Amino acid sequence: MARALIKVPPKAKRGEVIEIKTLISHIMETGFRRDNVGKPIPRNIITQFTCTYNGEEVFRADLHPAIAANPFISFFTVATESGTIAFEWTGDNGFQETGSAKISVE
Amino acid sequence: MSIAMDPDRTGATRRELLLAGAAGIGAMLIRIAPAAASPATMQRAIRQVVGEAPIRKGKVTLDVPALVENGNSVALTIEVDSPMTAKDHVKAIHVFNEKNPLPDVISAHFGPRAGRAKMTTRFRLADTQTITAIAEMSDGTFWSASADVIVTLQACLENLD
Repeated sequence: MARALIKVPPKAKRGEVIEIKTLISHIMETGFRRDNVGKPIPRNIITQFTCTYNGEEVFRADLHPAIAANPFISFFTVATESGTIAFEWTGDNGFQETGSAKISVE
Repeated sequence: MSIAMDPDRTGATRRELLLAGAAGIGAMLIRIAPAAASPATMQRAIRQVVGEAPIRKGKVTLDVPALVENGNSVALTIEVDSPMTAKDHVKAIHVFNEKNPLPDVISAHFGPRAGRAKMTTRFRLADTQTITAIAEMSDGTFWSASADVIVTLQACLENLD
């Protein structure tokens, strides 16, 4: 069970550009390392991150092994209406994690 | 009479040695090849995303520290100069590197709902190298920026023998 931290401003003016910050705990094993007996450690990374605003996709990222452990992603979106901003991380070995935050727009 | 004195026997040994040497060099090349991307593989990866379209310098601001002590986690900020309207916005930002095992770093997809074409993440650097960011605009043009990063502690390969 991975832990995700999400930072979304709770309130915003209509049309304001807001910054969203996300951090999720994940090893992001590259698949290029070996363990202490020389056996290759299989790849285990998050491959995709998606952010939807009231169901509509506003940001998506494809991640590669070059992304550091515990992926941090920050980006921007326009505060259009009150509602829910949802986040989804998917990855190797059926990894899936979701999170969400409420925003009220005046 | 020992075996080593036999001329035929000595010849065979030398041939075997040469063959073994050649095989060894071959094996080394095969082992080294997948361990690092190169400027050429980065160009190939870029072409896979961009196709034949020309890539122009500009519009993209790539913010990475010039000197990195720990390549395991390097802050990376990319911003593209764009009004982010329905007609004129950034569709995607792709980041590539030269010397990690794989040339891709991240591909981020935007739309007019983003409001601002800017993103930050943290990535790994296996060596001192050049990072390239390419922005794909809604009108089909591509813009790029590059930055050189010096890395003192390398990531990715620490346990690779």
